Amino acid sequence: MKIAIIDYGAGNIQSILFALKRLGVEGKLSADAEEIKTAQGVIFPGVGEASSAMTKLRATGLDQLIPTLQQPVLGICLGMQLMCRSTAEGNTKGLGIFDVEVKRFSPALKVPQMGWNTIEKLKGPLFDHIPESSYMYLVHSYYAALASETVAQTDYGVAYSSALQKENFYGVQFHPEKSSQLGQQLLQNFLQLCE
Amino acid sequence: MLTKRIIPCLDIKDGRTVKGVNFVNLRDAGDPVELARQYAQENADELVFLDISATEQKRKTLADLVYRVAEAIDIPFTVGGGISSVEDVAVLLNNGADKVSINSAAVKQPELINALAQAYGSQCIVVAIDAKQIAGKWKVHLVGGKEPTDLDLFDWAREVEQRGAGEILFTSMDHDGTKNGFANAALAELSAAVNIPIIASGGAGTMDHFTAAFTQGKADAALAASVFHFGEIGLNELKQNLKKEQLAVRL
Repeated sequence: MKIAIIDYGAGNIQSILFALKRLGVEGKLSADAEEIKTAQGVIFPGVGEASSAMTKLRATGLDQLIPTLQQPVLGICLGMQLMCRSTAEGNTKGLGIFDVEVKRFSPALKVPQMGWNTIEKLKGPLFDHIPESSYMYLVHSYYAALASETVAQTDYGVAYSSALQKENFYGVQFHPEKSSQLGQQLLQNFLQLCE
Repeated sequence: MLTKRIIPCLDIKDGRTVKGVNFVNLRDAGDPVELARQYAQENADELVFLDISATEQKRKTLADLVYRVAEAIDIPFTVGGGISSVEDVAVLLNNGADKVSINSAAVKQPELINALAQAYGSQCIVVAIDAKQIAGKWKVHLVGGKEPTDLDLFDWAREVEQRGAGEILFTSMDHDGTKNGFANAALAELSAAVNIPIIASGGAGTMDHFTAAFTQGKADAALAASVFHFGEIGLNELKQNLKKEQLAVRL
């Protein structure tokens, strides 16, 4: 199976490659529009700061490409946030795939939220064989608000979207590649959607 | 609910674990990769690898190790020990480390924290602070606690937060190795002083010490080495005990 990982200098890609390898799939890091378009599935990673990430996406035209993709697309962490309408981080306009606003956690909380938290109200094929209230690993300072696209939610001072889905676009705030067996199950579910 | 994290720490020298390790079912207890895999299976929430080698080969050996650990385990891990530049960090993150921990280099060139946070985001920058009390004041120490500085622990913690650290790993040199419990009063003060997560380190001896680090010390995570390596405290047993004390843990 051909899985493209969008290459825009977005940090910890190696862990995603290793996680796919554990599932018997060789991920291909790519910034090439043709290669991305023809992959069976696309992973949109992201670690770091939103506005500089969007600047990089715009510089290569990837911001135009991603919303037009037809195959299953999985945004992870900042990748998911950039798929939203806008983010308060650097007052950045996102790709607008999900009509959701990304906001900063309250200053009354420790920020970033760092560690394992539960995902609740799970919906859709991404969560097959994943029980309610499973623990996933999260590291983030901004969160996607609850919306009609919410397919999993988590509580950290506020209930927010820990996963979003619209048609072939999926986004998870947590890091499945770092969330032990259940994270691996989620990646496996995504790969199944790509078959 | 966000859980309290339990973090085994592995001291590494020339690519091998240093402190004695007592795991009957490990083929090679000196192999950090095998030990990491074991801890991940036992529900460790994260791992920390602290490199203490001083050879010229150090950087390459550590980078290779990070790559092999990332290949083998599916939980987050932090790498620290002698990191002093953006280039050092780039290699470790590209090889699969989730976070890096900087200590002496942050004190000697505090702007490194800003540079790293800007380049890679606060979420992967841990500032490790070793401190001990001198005449009733908590003073930051360098070189594994050997070299005192004039820096006040709490002032320094506030500064590293402002400069973009995403987390603080606080080791009390007064408690490290004693097995008498963590520095709970200082931990609680630290937790009130800054708004980023605090990892408690130094002093773990019993399961109750971990409970106290979370309840009295308000820590977000607790790190220990020998109690885990020698099998004195099992990770699952510890987490069951914390759960019984009404603390949120991942089991």
